[in-house]
Amino acid sequence: MMPGATSNVGGRDDDGADDGVRIDMISGARMEGLTGMEKIRLILDGVRDGNIVILEEGLAPDEESKLIEVTMTEISPDDFTGIEIETYPKAEASNQSFLDKLMGRESTQKLTVIGPANRIETLHKDENLISTLVSRK
Amino acid sequence: MGLLTNLKDSISRVTDGLFAAEEPKRIGIYGPPNAGKTTLANRIARDWTGDAVGPESHIPHETRRARRKENVEIERNGRTVTIDIVDTPGVTTKVDYKEFLDHDIEKEDAVRRSREATEGVAEAMHWLREDVDGVIYVLDSTTDPFTQVNTMLIGIIESQDLPVLILANKTDLPGTDVKQIANAFPQHETIPLSALEGENMDEVYTKIAEYFG
Repeated sequence: MMPGATSNVGGRDDDGADDGVRIDMISGARMEGLTGMEKIRLILDGVRDGNIVILEEGLAPDEESKLIEVTMTEISPDDFTGIEIETYPKAEASNQSFLDKLMGRESTQKLTVIGPANRIETLHKDENLISTLVSRK
Repeated sequence: MGLLTNLKDSISRVTDGLFAAEEPKRIGIYGPPNAGKTTLANRIARDWTGDAVGPESHIPHETRRARRKENVEIERNGRTVTIDIVDTPGVTTKVDYKEFLDHDIEKEDAVRRSREATEGVAEAMHWLREDVDGVIYVLDSTTDPFTQVNTMLIGIIESQDLPVLILANKTDLPGTDVKQIANAFPQHETIPLSALEGENMDEVYTKIAEYFG
């Protein structure tokens, strides 16, 4: 397994869930070297441990599609009911540079918050603000 | 690399089109649960083939398997467009069997339904990545369209360069807000309709022929 492709992001197994909610903020640089499936594993392992995962740069559309698919295969009654995920709406294509458009480069940078569906609730979302309520176990 | 890849994809699409001109395009009907996807699929199928696609229900996740109705021939402006319509389960990121208990369903049945629903959503995502040529995205016009599932799915569809037609359904209900849907996805055309009552289906069929013909 590649370095970083593990849910033990902080290098600590005890997440202190009894005391509070653990939040893993993962930088774009940390995700950059991972394959799509490693990213999904990193996210889901964290979320299944009850953590909130914040991605600095989010996922590509294809990775989001696979995240939904893998999440569905892992849902089980009374254990894991799925994920809550929020990102800011994608920036308008007009924000991309001409060179980016010409070269087919699409910016996927969008702060993304992911958590267990039974612990995170979105209170408000618009293009500039995501407000969520996180509950303890 | 992006430029070359785009060029290669474009050439591939043109040649595919030339050699498979007679193949009906598979049009996936996507959207969140309870948007009226099956009601729309049944309306289209009944109008043009006389058959239905699947059972409709107010209970979420009634459609738990993708269902395909082949060779639906839609006549518009003197020409015929043949498509396969694929009715897909409503896409979500979470399924809790307890939601089914609110609809007077016993626990054992609710657990089974939720398991089937998760399989259905995974199947729908797979179809979207691999097996559809275009998308009809159905939204309930009485609910907030600014949801993460809608944002992600439209993003996924756009990333694959699939033609997409957005339908604002349930215009027969009070509280309908078609403009809100149009504002949520200004890069796409939004067509209002009531699949249940058959309102504005003429425009829907014209747009289907235009987008997917």
